[in-house]
Amino acid sequence: MIPLAQEIAVRVNDLSYRYPDGTGALSGVNLVVRRGESLGILGPNGAGKSTLALHLNGILSGDGHVEIMGLPVNKKNIREIKSMVGLVFQDPDDQLFSPTVREDVAFGPLNQRLSPEEVDYVVSRALRWVGMEGAEKRSPFHMSFGEKKRIALATVLAMDPEILVLDEPVSNLDPRGRRTFMELIDSLNVTKLIITHDLEMARSTCSRVVVMDGGTVIADGQPSSILGDLELLERHGLM
Amino acid sequence: MHHDFIDRYGRLESPVHSLDPRAKIVALFALIIVCVITPPQEWWPFCIYAAVVVVIAAASRVPPRYLLTRVLVVLPFIVVVAVFVPFMHKGEPSFDLGLFHVSREGLIILWGVTVKALISVACLILLSATTPFNDLMHGFERLHAPHFFTTTAAFMYRYIFVIIDEAERMGRARDSRNSHGRWLWQAGVVGRMAGTLFLRSQERAERVFNAMSSRGFDGTFPRWQEGRMIAADYVFIAMVAATAIAARLVVLWR
Repeated sequence: MIPLAQEIAVRVNDLSYRYPDGTGALSGVNLVVRRGESLGILGPNGAGKSTLALHLNGILSGDGHVEIMGLPVNKKNIREIKSMVGLVFQDPDDQLFSPTVREDVAFGPLNQRLSPEEVDYVVSRALRWVGMEGAEKRSPFHMSFGEKKRIALATVLAMDPEILVLDEPVSNLDPRGRRTFMELIDSLNVTKLIITHDLEMARSTCSRVVVMDGGTVIADGQPSSILGDLELLERHGLM
Repeated sequence: MHHDFIDRYGRLESPVHSLDPRAKIVALFALIIVCVITPPQEWWPFCIYAAVVVVIAAASRVPPRYLLTRVLVVLPFIVVVAVFVPFMHKGEPSFDLGLFHVSREGLIILWGVTVKALISVACLILLSATTPFNDLMHGFERLHAPHFFTTTAAFMYRYIFVIIDEAERMGRARDSRNSHGRWLWQAGVVGRMAGTLFLRSQERAERVFNAMSSRGFDGTFPRWQEGRMIAADYVFIAMVAATAIAARLVVLWR
């Protein structure tokens, strides 16, 4: 079934990218994500998953075509695209660069030119969403890894994105932290692209799963069918 | 290693802490400048400057021990630079210590350098001990210090402990493979570690920038709604500056 244009959140057509040092990272990626979908992107290390994520809001631009909510990703639309696509990076220390939580969560909304009152409102709302209300004045550096993860998510949610891209959201979390963070992700009502090699997570949170390897999409389907295909998983280093 | 190292007393509550950072910057820098341009022949103006520092320090409730040890850290530097001046200074030797001649003028220079350095450093330490680092940077920014410097300092403050942690992890990994070799060989290892650390920091900088630009950063930092200076701030500046300038003027007119 071909989805209607207005149902499409992300469309990637024949996207290729080579890093400046010549390493090929993506070669001909095709991907369509519908609104409201929760897509798991599985793949071994070096498959190109994170590189793909960096294309979704224009940080990298390779050969090919990327469209977000019908808008092509280019210089002209970049501001709007960055407001629509929220990227949560793997290492929260990369995401949280401000001395206090409040400044970090406010960074995106301030860049969106919201008024001070609106900024205050979205900051406390985002912190409430991730269960970290009242942490405004704390320093991210002093926090536990799980708390940093939550704040990193809040910095992106504060921009009210339509599409959330999470790079390895549960890696390095302890089992309880992992479970509660997954529940938190589940509770968010947006289109989600979840990069992971955690099969358990793909099974429980994703409505659809693609497998990437060698810079391209190898398989695409229901979590049950992809995760049931042991031979496929083994071939691509996921088992 | 923690931010406490820099910001341990930055969040105390006291009349000095609650002042606007700009007021503290302006007042204490005024004091420093006046102190530095006071001729060292008179000793009493420096007592007044020191008294001002002591009064502010007492009002700030920062433990005196903390302030004193920080101030004394600079003493060796002064000693190294200035201690030979009385012996080398040209001019009539005032005292004769057998082998050495001690110049009176040289002694006055030594006294001047020491007391000025101590008072200036005390002012800066007081400033940083009563203002959280970040507020201090905002203060400088709003006084139109170059954005480049304040931003660089703020990033350094945020990431220096991340990088120190990284260095510590690397050190532990090295030690656990037991490299207690000869000194020269060790030096090589340390050199390579420094190089690796630099590359890692560079990569991290790139990732941090990616994370920032994906939240719409375009090179200019968004500004916060900002507090305003209140009467107390102006009174503080006026009192500190007036005391220092009065002392300086009396020296001038006598």
